[in-house]
Amino acid sequence: MDIFDIIGPVMIGPSSSHTAGAVRLGNLARKILGEEPKKAKIILFNSFARTGRGHGTDKAVIAGLLGFTPDEERIKTAFEEARRRGLAYQLFTGEIDESLHPNTVTFELEGTSKKTQVTGCSIGGGRVKVTAIDGFDVEFSGGYPTIITVHKDRPGIVASVTAHLAHEGINIAQMRVSRKKRGQEALMVIETDDKLPETIKEVLENIKDIHRVITFSE
Amino acid sequence: MTNTIEELVVTAEKLGCRISTLVKEQEAKSKGCTEEELFLKMKSYLEVMKQAANKGVQSEIRSISGITGGEGKKLWGARSKALSGEIIAKAAARAMAVSNVNASMGRIVAAPTAGSCGIVPGAVLTVGEILLKTDDEVVDSLFTAAAVGRIIALNATLAGAEGGCQAECGAASAMAAAAIVELAGGSPRQTSHAVAIALKAVMGLVCDPVAGLVEVPCVKRNAMGAAEAILAADLALAGIESVIPADEVISAMKEVGRMMSDKLKETAMGGVAATPTGKKLSEKIRNF
Repeated sequence: MDIFDIIGPVMIGPSSSHTAGAVRLGNLARKILGEEPKKAKIILFNSFARTGRGHGTDKAVIAGLLGFTPDEERIKTAFEEARRRGLAYQLFTGEIDESLHPNTVTFELEGTSKKTQVTGCSIGGGRVKVTAIDGFDVEFSGGYPTIITVHKDRPGIVASVTAHLAHEGINIAQMRVSRKKRGQEALMVIETDDKLPETIKEVLENIKDIHRVITFSE
Repeated sequence: MTNTIEELVVTAEKLGCRISTLVKEQEAKSKGCTEEELFLKMKSYLEVMKQAANKGVQSEIRSISGITGGEGKKLWGARSKALSGEIIAKAAARAMAVSNVNASMGRIVAAPTAGSCGIVPGAVLTVGEILLKTDDEVVDSLFTAAAVGRIIALNATLAGAEGGCQAECGAASAMAAAAIVELAGGSPRQTSHAVAIALKAVMGLVCDPVAGLVEVPCVKRNAMGAAEAILAADLALAGIESVIPADEVISAMKEVGRMMSDKLKETAMGGVAATPTGKKLSEKIRNF
């Protein structure tokens, strides 16, 4: 355990899970969209909706979408900043759902050319987890360099991606593949120990039957 | 890395060094960085603590919900007349000031959590000032505080949802007491007694935030935690020993947390959160 997890992090209050974690989830949704969000529909569930507003969760998720970090004081004025930057947002309270984590949020985002739907939860101490992307079940923290591919569900795709990573000397920390139906679209999340080279996105996009590649680092 | 308070004390005694010296050395080794890098990072955290404390004693900071605000400034204004003495009043005022800043969506350092973020700065900044310590000495003492917090995290918990407020404000108070003993020139052994005394004082303290917000009773509990840290350090520095060793107190705290009803662990279903006034406030906030 890091000594700076005990004294630290520096954050905007009042709550590590309801404020700092909410900013991180917004950051991740923005990265998954891969461009400046222009329209956002945000649904806050359970404790995020009930206690969250008093803890600034609504401002924090918008701040995250704008790319602010959890220690920036302008989180407080995220609504005004969003208007200035042309992000049209709508916040909703979801139905109480016991099957979801108490601090769950769903983002429906649109940029100039892309669209995505991301669900995640804040699991304590500012740590977060993404649980769904565009209807695919996933589970990752965003704490590692991350590669996400959307591709056709056929033999060989995973191998061609991992072969390329091996060639670049990149070690995989965690990976997960999920699909909605056999033979249709699948989504793969790979978290790596090593930094990703800038060229990797383009290289993976050129693999046959890979429709979309998202890469980001912390 | 040391996993118990006893190990920390014995190692520091054997090396004849302060706990903070040992912690910096071990931490740099395990991370593969220099002690200087660690020191500078902690120093930047001290700056954030100072800024928050100053902001909250100088101006009336209101929370987002509006149910708390201005407590730090009020006590700061009354410090010279305080019956508990100016040191306690200053420490408590700064602790509430930082808590006020936290509740207003200002910048703070979690120490160990956001809910208990006022205690360490309140107590440590004030004692540092009274003892005319340099910033660097105060930064060092924060390493001692962090080491104590880490051992509590390892062997019990720092989360109110798991252990109640004893795990948040209690741990913060123990961390602050340890830092103060070191600042005042006490021995590593005295540090462990201060930790035990601070934790025992709030053994079983429940986490009962009104409407689930880090405000009532949290802001004022930060004041009490800072005062308690200074008194625990005074007891230890006077040579008073805890009959129960610190590590056993930490284990007991874990067990008490486990025995505590979920209603008393950050769910806003017990304690002052469940009082008629608590419920009324909660209703009002939900609809704001």
